[in-house]
Amino acid sequence: MVKKVIVEATINGDPVELLCEPRQSLLEVLRDELELTGSKEGCLTGDCGACTVIVDSRPVCSCLMLGVEAAGKNITTVEGLATGATLHVLQQKFLEHASLQCGICTPGFLMSAKSLLDHNPTPTEADIRYALAGNLCRCTGYDKIVKAVIDAAKHVADGVGTTHHGKVPRKSASEATRDMLGKGEEVK
Amino acid sequence: MHAINYESPKTIAEAVKLLAAHGEKARPLSGGTDLIIQLRAGTRRPEFVVDVKQIPELHRISFSLQHGLHLGAAVSCIELHENADMRRYYPGLTEAAHLIGSLQIQSRASVGGNLCNGSPAGDATPALIALGAKARVVGPNGERIVPVETFITGPGRTVLQPGELLVEFLIDAPAKHSSDAYLRFIPRNEMDIAVVGVGGALTLDLDDDRVVDARIALGAVGPTPIFAAEASKSLIGKKFDAAAIENAARLATSVATPIDDMRGTAEYRRHIVGVLTSRVLTIAAERARHNEQR
Amino acid sequence: MAASTNGHDYKVIGTRPIRHDGVDKVTGRAKYGADYSFPGMLFGKVLRSPHAHALIKSIKVDKARALPGVKAVVTSADLPELADKMEAAGEQAINLAHLSANILARGKALYDGHAIAAVAATSSHIAEEALRLIEVEYELLPPVMSVEDAMKPGAPVLLPTLRNKEDGPDKETNVAAHMQFKRGDVAEGFKAADFVVEREFKTAMVHQGYIEPHNAVGIYSADGHATIYCSTQGTFVVRSLCSAVLGIAEGKIKVVPAEIGGGFGGKTTVYLEPLSVLLSKITGHPVKLVMTRGEVLRATGPTSGSTIRCKMGATKDGKLVAAQCWLAYEAGAYPGSPVGAGAMTIVTPYNIPNILIDAYDVVVNRPKTAAYRAPGATNAAMASETVVDELAEKCGIDPLEFRLKNASAEGTPQTVGPPFKRIGFVETVEAIKNSPHYKSKLTGPNRGRGVASGFWFNVGLQSSATVNIHTDGTVSVVTGSVDIGGTRAAQAMIAAEVLGADINDVRPIVADTDSIGHTDVTGGSRTAFATGWAVYDAAQDALRQLKERVAKTWEKKPEEVAFANGLFSPVSGNGVKPMTLKQLAPRLARTGGPIVGRATVNARGVGPAFATTLVDVEVDPDTGKVKILRVTVAQDVGKAIHPAYVEGQMQGGTAQGIGWALNEEYFYDEKGVLRNTGLLDYRMPTCLDLPEMETIMVEVPTPGHPLGIRGVGEVPIVPPPAAVANAIYRATGVRMLELPMSPPRLMKAMLKKRAAGDSQAAAAD
Repeated sequence: MVKKVIVEATINGDPVELLCEPRQSLLEVLRDELELTGSKEGCLTGDCGACTVIVDSRPVCSCLMLGVEAAGKNITTVEGLATGATLHVLQQKFLEHASLQCGICTPGFLMSAKSLLDHNPTPTEADIRYALAGNLCRCTGYDKIVKAVIDAAKHVADGVGTTHHGKVPRKSASEATRDMLGKGEEVK
Repeated sequence: MHAINYESPKTIAEAVKLLAAHGEKARPLSGGTDLIIQLRAGTRRPEFVVDVKQIPELHRISFSLQHGLHLGAAVSCIELHENADMRRYYPGLTEAAHLIGSLQIQSRASVGGNLCNGSPAGDATPALIALGAKARVVGPNGERIVPVETFITGPGRTVLQPGELLVEFLIDAPAKHSSDAYLRFIPRNEMDIAVVGVGGALTLDLDDDRVVDARIALGAVGPTPIFAAEASKSLIGKKFDAAAIENAARLATSVATPIDDMRGTAEYRRHIVGVLTSRVLTIAAERARHNEQR
Repeated sequence: MAASTNGHDYKVIGTRPIRHDGVDKVTGRAKYGADYSFPGMLFGKVLRSPHAHALIKSIKVDKARALPGVKAVVTSADLPELADKMEAAGEQAINLAHLSANILARGKALYDGHAIAAVAATSSHIAEEALRLIEVEYELLPPVMSVEDAMKPGAPVLLPTLRNKEDGPDKETNVAAHMQFKRGDVAEGFKAADFVVEREFKTAMVHQGYIEPHNAVGIYSADGHATIYCSTQGTFVVRSLCSAVLGIAEGKIKVVPAEIGGGFGGKTTVYLEPLSVLLSKITGHPVKLVMTRGEVLRATGPTSGSTIRCKMGATKDGKLVAAQCWLAYEAGAYPGSPVGAGAMTIVTPYNIPNILIDAYDVVVNRPKTAAYRAPGATNAAMASETVVDELAEKCGIDPLEFRLKNASAEGTPQTVGPPFKRIGFVETVEAIKNSPHYKSKLTGPNRGRGVASGFWFNVGLQSSATVNIHTDGTVSVVTGSVDIGGTRAAQAMIAAEVLGADINDVRPIVADTDSIGHTDVTGGSRTAFATGWAVYDAAQDALRQLKERVAKTWEKKPEEVAFANGLFSPVSGNGVKPMTLKQLAPRLARTGGPIVGRATVNARGVGPAFATTLVDVEVDPDTGKVKILRVTVAQDVGKAIHPAYVEGQMQGGTAQGIGWALNEEYFYDEKGVLRNTGLLDYRMPTCLDLPEMETIMVEVPTPGHPLGIRGVGEVPIVPPPAAVANAIYRATGVRMLELPMSPPRLMKAMLKKRAAGDSQAAAAD
């Protein structure tokens, strides 16, 4: 019998201490040990993005991270997106734009979109589609999801519903690509 | 998943000691985006997982025109992509790192992990080979330097012996009028594994547009990534024109030994090697012409 | 954009309120099947066959049982053996012996992934490890993977008891059924044709690809009752199938609908649900099972791959005169492909005097297929809509005009059944003709524009609804229709419209099997149509009772009370003050007690659906990769209750159709083992693979439905593969006859065409 490990982390702003087996993924720990079932299991191979959470300002598939690796990390899940009873602007825009049908992919999309807006509050549609490419939705064809994020970004740019966790400036995909080519051409 | 033990050493020495003590039963964990899937599928069943992300040397990106690049094996693909020196001096390697999976994957996955996974289709490997990158490996009997093109020995297998740890990559600073590029072909626009990947690095003499140095490497078209030596050599000393590109593409195609699988037929993959080699050389040359460093 | 207001002045219908279950779904609070847990719960896992076709000689479970933490191991020996006969179940009939053997293989493994045994343990990891300790002895048999191989004389037989009518009671076969549909005389018809096009098409087996894997929590109680929490499209079908498979009376099973993470037809049967109850019965604990993605792909019900030959003839002025089709669909390991639906849709959009259609349902060593969004129609339309495009070209007629010349309309005979009532096919073609997309010019090399249309029957079936008037004047609407894509909001909107209530004062609820009358699956595009009808009737029932109470208050007859714009008022004014529902509700106790409106339907007169899709593509001439530049879909939606979710159905169906067209396929190796068992290599479109999706809702109300609703969920998946194929033809000159039109396949076709062109040029020299 392998010993369980005590892991201390900050989850949705609160310090959390838990016992977990090394083989348990962060997703499993969130869902089964902490009852934070908002993060969804869709594939367990990092291909669908339904389990996306933010770990120290980065979007991460929680199915591909061990629970023990969370030690000392600051983790935000979909349950930590709203502020009290006030929805995050992304949550509000997803509702207004009918961006969800079955809703199983929604938590992952929200976390990827939040990570994007934290790093780049004025994304282009191409930036948004790139940032969401790791999240599969089978119901919507993405149209209404992309429109919601565009709308949410407008509000974030106007200072409404600014996100409240740590920000790290990151170049957009298109900017970085321009850097590399030195002449503003697309690679792909 | 079977039961595992988890260790997270803080120094290279500590890590090597743990890896050596457990030998075949231990496996280093970097980003985990391949390893955790393999543990779950039961295709690797180590008893000890040694997380190397707490070791500072494995997280370093240090670059100077004098000393070139030291790229820590556990640097995540996103950190690599965010590094201005990487984007400026190694655009091909940077775009390869930026193609590995989604942003969620790039947040965790590292170039070192991509190589140690031993996949013939890893995106970073052809880019590293094109740059002539060397791997610094530390083991219980000291350290050794391994050219990346000899690192992978078969699907899922590498030169690493039990107890050995990949610490960093060493890459020369790019010469004036040199640059690199990486392209892969995938059916979708993101998320897929390369059907074919091609990395290329070129140094040009702009006075007569001749190739001073060239390296071409192929991914996903053999049991290991392939350094296309003949194709590379064919360019050196030649004028960089359509005929030279076509000849190099033909030679690159001739060393590809792909298989039929769910990602493409062997016939199709050989065709794509030619297409991508031409495109990669064209992009690398365009970048090289604009590279006025030094 | 909506093309008509349908002549009604609705207050709620046609608006876009925020869905009632929305906040729970954006905050992570909504409970899907895998989110349920109970004290003492165990975790189950299923051992699956690694072989496509094998006799199961023995299964040894002792070592697995001995692993600490393992509480039960079961095989088919733990399930009752059921009769080999068909029974009605939801949308289609089902053979219970086959259903049971699909849940746990009996004697034979019939596909890679076929369930062999199941384990319950104290953790999912222990259950997984226990699977490794089960020893199964197989005797391998040759796998039969394609309809062609399965239909060959002397082909290895999957099911020794399978017979078909044609071959008689003595002949073993893999052909479960041959159907034929006939009208006129095709030989005469083709004689009258100036142009005849005949092509053979192949389409790959594809999966619905819902993001949520199948799941179930079973709780068997000592009193013999069982409760199942699961993500299903139909709680009542889960109850009846579990009852049959387990031998537990239906009345002793309660199925609680969890939120469902997509289904598209794939969650209309049972896999894990009976196992969860069986394992719970043995262990005395709740047992949860959740599939991995690999299990979903290997062992749930994708839709059929197919071979289709389609021959159509037209006169030079563009009138279709004859069509002859031959369809063979992979049923999977047990009979029941949607080939019948394929046959009945393949030429139905067109008024063709002479047709002859042969359809074969063929078992192969692949997972038993399940419904997938307009099941059977997409395969068929790939064939017929490509041939129609080619005929239009031969006639020198624009493909949209060609469709208008031949389009089915009111009175046109269907392939089977009565002539069409009012339908909106022509309107969808006209809508595309008038769209900004069609009017725009497509320029640039390697680009092409294609169009195709699609038809789907839709279904009605049974639904129940209750509408409860609460004492504060708010309303709850209870149905048994699981909400996959926003139908709860539609039900609430219908009730709000009838009762003149604010949409936020209406709460829609999806109830468990004990709390509502029988309701068939959420499928067949029936939920807004049929359950919506039941809600409409139930709300009218409530309204009738409310009027009686108002009449009582006013000491009038009910027919003297009028209701409009949320106000009860006297038909002829005599000084009484009009009253709102909110004013009336608190007085119910004093006027006779609570009010519950109720209704059930067995909905008839279902309105068929049509869609026409326009696609622009660009093809990389060096790699064969197709980029979708622009797509517009026009669909007859009858009456859009919540237009945003109707658009969502149109966009989602189009996206799935594009995935089917370009990259999705089941890839089996020569041993019949599925090679792409994850979402890395089963390539569904990401948001970088699709453009903005333009939608045009055409509203041609379904005659007879109180609101004119027409099912909208399925038909948009039908046109895209053919539309993309037709666009690729315009971009490259290559007619693609096989799905998916993946880069290797398209590149090969382009190279072949170039080589043919080169040799022609050489011959000319």
